[in-house]
Amino acid sequence: MTRRTEFLANGTMRLALHTLADSSGASDDSTHPLLLLHGLGEQSPASRPAWTDAWPGAVLALDFTGHGESDVPLGGGYMPETLMADVDAVIAEHGPVTIVGRGLGAWIALLISGARTASVRGVVLADGSGLFGGGPHPPSPYVTVLGPGDGRTPDPYALIELSRDVRPPDYALDYLRFALEESELETPVVVAARIRPDWLVAIAADVSVAEAPLVEAIGSFINPQLASR
Amino acid sequence: MPDNDQMRSYPGARPPDRTGHIMSSGLRLALNEWGAPDAPIIAMVHGGFDFSRTFDVFAPMIAEAGWRVVAWDARGHGDSDHAQLYSWGADVRDHMAAITTLSDEPIVLLGHSKGGGQLLDLLDARPGLARAFINLDGMPSQFSAPDINDRERRRMRRADVAAALDRRRRRNELTRRPDTIEGLAGRRAPMNPRLTREWLEYLVTVGARHDAEGWRWKIDPLLHLGGFGPWRPQWSMDHLAALDLPFLGVLSGVQDDPMGWKSRRGDIEPFLPPGGQLEFYDDIGHFLHIEKPRFIADLVLEFLGRLP
Repeated sequence: MTRRTEFLANGTMRLALHTLADSSGASDDSTHPLLLLHGLGEQSPASRPAWTDAWPGAVLALDFTGHGESDVPLGGGYMPETLMADVDAVIAEHGPVTIVGRGLGAWIALLISGARTASVRGVVLADGSGLFGGGPHPPSPYVTVLGPGDGRTPDPYALIELSRDVRPPDYALDYLRFALEESELETPVVVAARIRPDWLVAIAADVSVAEAPLVEAIGSFINPQLASR
Repeated sequence: MPDNDQMRSYPGARPPDRTGHIMSSGLRLALNEWGAPDAPIIAMVHGGFDFSRTFDVFAPMIAEAGWRVVAWDARGHGDSDHAQLYSWGADVRDHMAAITTLSDEPIVLLGHSKGGGQLLDLLDARPGLARAFINLDGMPSQFSAPDINDRERRRMRRADVAAALDRRRRRNELTRRPDTIEGLAGRRAPMNPRLTREWLEYLVTVGARHDAEGWRWKIDPLLHLGGFGPWRPQWSMDHLAALDLPFLGVLSGVQDDPMGWKSRRGDIEPFLPPGGQLEFYDDIGHFLHIEKPRFIADLVLEFLGRLP
């Protein structure tokens, strides 16, 4: 199908959410959407990626703030935690989702899985741009001021700020714990990434986290095993 | 405009001699100045949930000693534009935009609380912006709450994150609650328990806006205390240790001030830059320059008087 785009309110800005595939039909719980989150400086794919073919529900793809067809804020101020709110806007509009995040999108997927546990039915953490951020410790100090942008994406401030945010492993583990304590899934986080920054090493090492190639990882959330509580 | 009988005065408080603005990447930041325009510049950076008019007593004292005091409102605070996004790093960048707009030469910088912490970051990256730095209780050393176990601490942070997301979902509906001058001052009092009601009511008349329903703080309702994201006090201490310029740090030792950073002298001393001066007062709260303006102004002026 041709990509269909809707715009979600994000304060005074708009977020572009693309439908890459409609649900294949059945209206049971497994048909909730699969949401794709792109990497740093990227944008949503123009069409459904082949690795999502098995997913029975709709396939959605979000352009983060300052990326793709989403609006660009004045003066930057990007934090992964505010991009988490972008995903939350999708959840508010479309309900529960399973998420595949690439690079930066993987980090955001982990955060939102811990923050909105009831609405995130599994996340797959995949390789991509922006997976490392600024590393586990603050990078060398650097401050620069750019002129007012022209509204084009990707926003240079997004590229600067989201490649320098600190991602300590214990902070990542906090969000994993949030997810594990409340998720209805037995294994709500699956690592498909082969490149492993420190935060992802810590996540993958947790006994409650699975590792699998991308297609298999997505497949694990089609009929997932529920947690026994 | 409110009626005159709705305004308040406060002993020693003086409105800015000049107002204006600077631009930071398209955002307009409100600027206030006291003192002669051709005097040497000292820039003052306010703390979180404050605004530049909180210097209305302290700044004139410095100005009267021969300085041009310049202070701006952070994005989302005071009369500055509300932004679509807020972050510590964006504030740091806005400070740099303001400082470089003011002068091509190094100037004296003073930061209170969060403003002081942000200037630590900025000066590590851009040491050439300042000829001296004064930090008023903006040196973090620890945020631990040892009486809360790890599981409970995680739950608290999770609740913070969920609340922040909820607030962003409702962003377009959020407004500051209107009240009377007395009511707004009373609501701020828990943040400033050591400051007089007379001062807080004065602050309302310079930091809030009056409309048909009453007074509302100007600060963006999206903003909230605390924020979230990974942060370690040690990161700020590394910036302090990297400074290479005349430095005066002033710590409040009042441990039950809700807005205080609660650092002790021994926490900070190991990170002082060479020749740095650190003062510790266990009888002055976090808002040192408001609670004891004459005393802190004299301390600052004595430090400034020793600058080359």
